[in-house]
Amino acid sequence: MEDGDQIIKKFMYMNRKAPYGTIYAWESLEVVLIAAAFDQDISLVFADDGVYQLMDGQNTEEVGMKNFSKTYSALGDYDIKKIYIEQESLEERGLSLGDLQDLKYEDEDDDWAEKDSIILISRAELAKVIDEQDVVFSF
Amino acid sequence: MKYGILVNEGPYTHQASDSALAFTKAALEKGHEIFRVFFYHDGVNNGTSLAIPPQDDRHIPNQWSELAKEHNIDLVLCVAAAQRRGLLDESEAKRNSKAASNMIEGFRISGLGQLIEAGIQGDRMVVFGD
Repeated sequence: MEDGDQIIKKFMYMNRKAPYGTIYAWESLEVVLIAAAFDQDISLVFADDGVYQLMDGQNTEEVGMKNFSKTYSALGDYDIKKIYIEQESLEERGLSLGDLQDLKYEDEDDDWAEKDSIILISRAELAKVIDEQDVVFSF
Repeated sequence: MKYGILVNEGPYTHQASDSALAFTKAALEKGHEIFRVFFYHDGVNNGTSLAIPPQDDRHIPNQWSELAKEHNIDLVLCVAAAQRRGLLDESEAKRNSKAASNMIEGFRISGLGQLIEAGIQGDRMVVFGD
């Protein structure tokens, strides 16, 4: 899609790994924060063990790693409004949306009303959304 | 077609580097353009000048370096990922007061914006890793 000289593509960032066992989750978040400056159509996906990245009440004191979980709540300020959570991944791990952080954004087209960024999506529906993307990064 | 390539894993531990090299070579042979190869996570270790694999094994960093020289392709190590893992070019080494640099010829160090740009400018982005 072209908007004047500016190319706007659909970028998807797929997060599939638990937050602290490896560095993928943290470095993926670093990519997303940089990407936000490029005015592209961004969506994030949390699937498989990636759903653990958004668990509420994380405490990393004992493992000695930086607790970056608070950063996710800032995504709305970076204009990232589409955060897909795969339903089956939650269920397979005995989790529900209530176990995750509540992520919001302020809608500039609706008097800055606070809205949910999180979209619960089935595996089958997610496949369709992936298919619509121009670029899919998997971390 | 114009390709952007992302390599997310280090050489030897994981097949991603070998697959990315094979893909890049095949794409060039077929007349496609490689807009950029971006190295992230442990992928930055593909750019080390200090690897000494056994003589009967392939030399992955050298293969990238030769490919860059031969086809003039842009090989970029993410600066944040590289600094974490001790991969430095001369100016980074100097800027951070380190005793030596260890980046092989043909690579350069830059920011994550270069990855996003490859996604925007390329016709396809191909990711190598898990």
